[in-house]
Amino acid sequence: MNALDLSRWQFGITTVYHFLFVPVTIGMGFLVAGLQTAWVRTNDARYLRATKFFGKLFLINFAMGVVTGIVQEFQFGMNWSNYSRFVGDIFGAPLAIEGLLAFFLESTFLGVWIFGWDRLPRKVHLASIWLAATGTVLSAYFILAANSWMQHPVGYVYNAQTGRAELTSIVAVLTQKTAVIAFFHTITSAFLVAGSLLVGVSAWLLTRDKAVDVMRSTLKLGLVTTLAASALVFISGDMQSRVMVQQQPMKMAAAEALYETQTNAPFSVFTIGTLDGSKKVFQIGVPDLLSILSTGKPSGEVEGINNLQKAYEQKYGIADYRPNIPVAYWSFRLMIGFGALAGVFALWALWATRRNRIPRGSWFARAAVATPFLPIAGMGIGWIFTEMARQPWVVFGLMRTSDAVSPTVTAGQVLTSLIVFTLLYAVLAVVEFGLMFKAVKIGPPDEVHLPEDASALSDKPLTFSY
Amino acid sequence: MSFNSLWFILIVVLWVGYFVLEGFDFGVGSLLRVIGRDEGERRAIITTLGPLWDGNEVWVLVAGGATFAAFPEWYATLFSGFYLPLLLILVALILRGVAFEYRSKHADMTWRTRWDYALIIGSALPALLWGVAFANIVRGVPLAESAQGSIEYAGGFFNLLNPYALLGGLTTLTLFLTHGCMFLALKTDGTIRERAAVLARPLGVVAAVFAVVFLLWTQLSYSDRAWTWAPILIAAAALLAGLVFNQRRREGWAFAFTSLTIVLAVVALFGALYPHVMPNIDRALPGLDVFNASSTQYTLKTMTVVAVVFTPIVLAYQAWTYWVFRRRLSASSIAQPEAGTLDYVVTGR
Repeated sequence: MNALDLSRWQFGITTVYHFLFVPVTIGMGFLVAGLQTAWVRTNDARYLRATKFFGKLFLINFAMGVVTGIVQEFQFGMNWSNYSRFVGDIFGAPLAIEGLLAFFLESTFLGVWIFGWDRLPRKVHLASIWLAATGTVLSAYFILAANSWMQHPVGYVYNAQTGRAELTSIVAVLTQKTAVIAFFHTITSAFLVAGSLLVGVSAWLLTRDKAVDVMRSTLKLGLVTTLAASALVFISGDMQSRVMVQQQPMKMAAAEALYETQTNAPFSVFTIGTLDGSKKVFQIGVPDLLSILSTGKPSGEVEGINNLQKAYEQKYGIADYRPNIPVAYWSFRLMIGFGALAGVFALWALWATRRNRIPRGSWFARAAVATPFLPIAGMGIGWIFTEMARQPWVVFGLMRTSDAVSPTVTAGQVLTSLIVFTLLYAVLAVVEFGLMFKAVKIGPPDEVHLPEDASALSDKPLTFSY
Repeated sequence: MSFNSLWFILIVVLWVGYFVLEGFDFGVGSLLRVIGRDEGERRAIITTLGPLWDGNEVWVLVAGGATFAAFPEWYATLFSGFYLPLLLILVALILRGVAFEYRSKHADMTWRTRWDYALIIGSALPALLWGVAFANIVRGVPLAESAQGSIEYAGGFFNLLNPYALLGGLTTLTLFLTHGCMFLALKTDGTIRERAAVLARPLGVVAAVFAVVFLLWTQLSYSDRAWTWAPILIAAAALLAGLVFNQRRREGWAFAFTSLTIVLAVVALFGALYPHVMPNIDRALPGLDVFNASSTQYTLKTMTVVAVVFTPIVLAYQAWTYWVFRRRLSASSIAQPEAGTLDYVVTGR
């Protein structure tokens, strides 16, 4: 493999891995803030116990999100220096703004939250978790605006003299439809993940009769969050696919393995194509659905892969403009399927737990424990879809991935970093998962000491320390 | 002043912030097992950094992001050129970040000892490597123009290990160790405070020797302007003042003076560098400067607005957190030995 392929593998592995922790951080931050708010308002100790318990899970996860995030910012320059030169005038701005507005906010106020129990007035301490959570969504916004520019470049001109894309409107970059919808889809998905995590953890502890009084309410909260989020994920996903059809029709065609342009296009549930991927052999589909999803009407015309390939050859020159079709096709289905399963489970579980029932069957516990893994996998696969089905472009229509890689970095260097990151991340995954599992097994504290409105100079021992 | 120069200054500000703040937590992390002789002391030491380290580390992320936005050619050439050292720094930063959060989650001492070493290596290695990296930038590295017209790093890993750069690394390492001692002496009580103050003396002397030689070398070989003498001389004086105040147990002043030393040392280095951002080792050949490495004026202006509005806000709330956690800690502050482990339950007292 050459430096390009290795760099792509490294970017894929480190990004999907980083994104295992991101949605949990975003969604759980707000859910924990909500639980703490409920405690501050009602003084009901159950909410404080839930805050402490889920706060612990949130923090175990947060650490991994932070450290794997540093790699993301560095590897644009390390592995994709030609890309960085080409887009730096545009892409660097949201990244720098993300650091200044979001990273400082989340990390500073999370520190205040972790160590501020007993050090700050109750409401100030509560504000710190809300500020940290706000930092996480701001961060998501700016990085998604940057990514959306790669999907659909706006607010720029190409400067032939410098050979790079140059920013003409930061407002266009930050407010384009692609970014707004991607943000909506990502944030609702993060809540789907966090809701499911609450469900899995609460249900597992409930079936073991642990902290039943607390877990009943967090199970409800988790189920309602999961159900509401899955509806919003569905709506935002639908909006996104319509934008995708307009902006990146090849991506949608690949997602559907739709080879020829057609009206009344069916939504494929299962398709077998020829080995060279040039046409389909067998398909089970839902009539008209793809046309409806793409254009809003059953008779709408949807462009096919072969037609788009011809059109792109005329526009951009002779080359292969088809992404990896099986990857696009299957990742699109798995993403939707995993997300939908979590929603379906939440719907069923809400009914099964009506009037405070706890289903005793082992089936319920198993399904509940599996629930958080579904949307987490769905999000990772969703990123694989949106990035791989944009290929061969790194910036759609402007720059190919093969032109983006660092010209001076050797395959040996990339192989070294790929191996180092993969091994390190694997070990950390085992450690992280072990800690999460142990924390869940222990469950929420039976009693909690109520934080006092202590002054910062109190000489009492700390309630929490590393 | 041009926006290009303004952004050079803003990036200097970000690196100054990073080295002053993460400088002391690199120092504290590196000396964890030297100053902390038992578990209670080690936990007190780590807890002094607990609420602060993550906010400190963001300075490097913003410095990286700002370099990407304002000087993309510099970002691209530097990060792809210094590939392996940056990989080492990344691994170190990952290890130490996780070490902070995970160390106390199990009571098991083998577990904790392992994370101690992750924290020590994860702190000492970047403290050394950032110095090596910046010294190389100031000294100049082999650069060559590519067919596309970009200026690329043309050296290898071992080009970076020259005497001047290694001295730069030893300077940052020893300065940060000293700065870390000053911080611990200021933020703790009892034996930790005592040991940190005592250890600061020899470390401070070694740091002073390295720093003076390194900065003189910088001035004589790589700076063509007279004003950089000023920060160099004041930095040296500030470090000596810090050591004197440490001797007299005026810990606040001692810490303030090592902070000032770091500020001025970074200013002197960047002052020698300007207007270049990545000069060629052979000054006759093309290198990168604030003009040929920069973004467009529109991007620089936009980013200026963002920086001018938000940097003061960030500084204000970060300063506030230092004030909130101003209390001194000692092993006895960590009275509940297992607070922080996963199975520890906080009950009423």
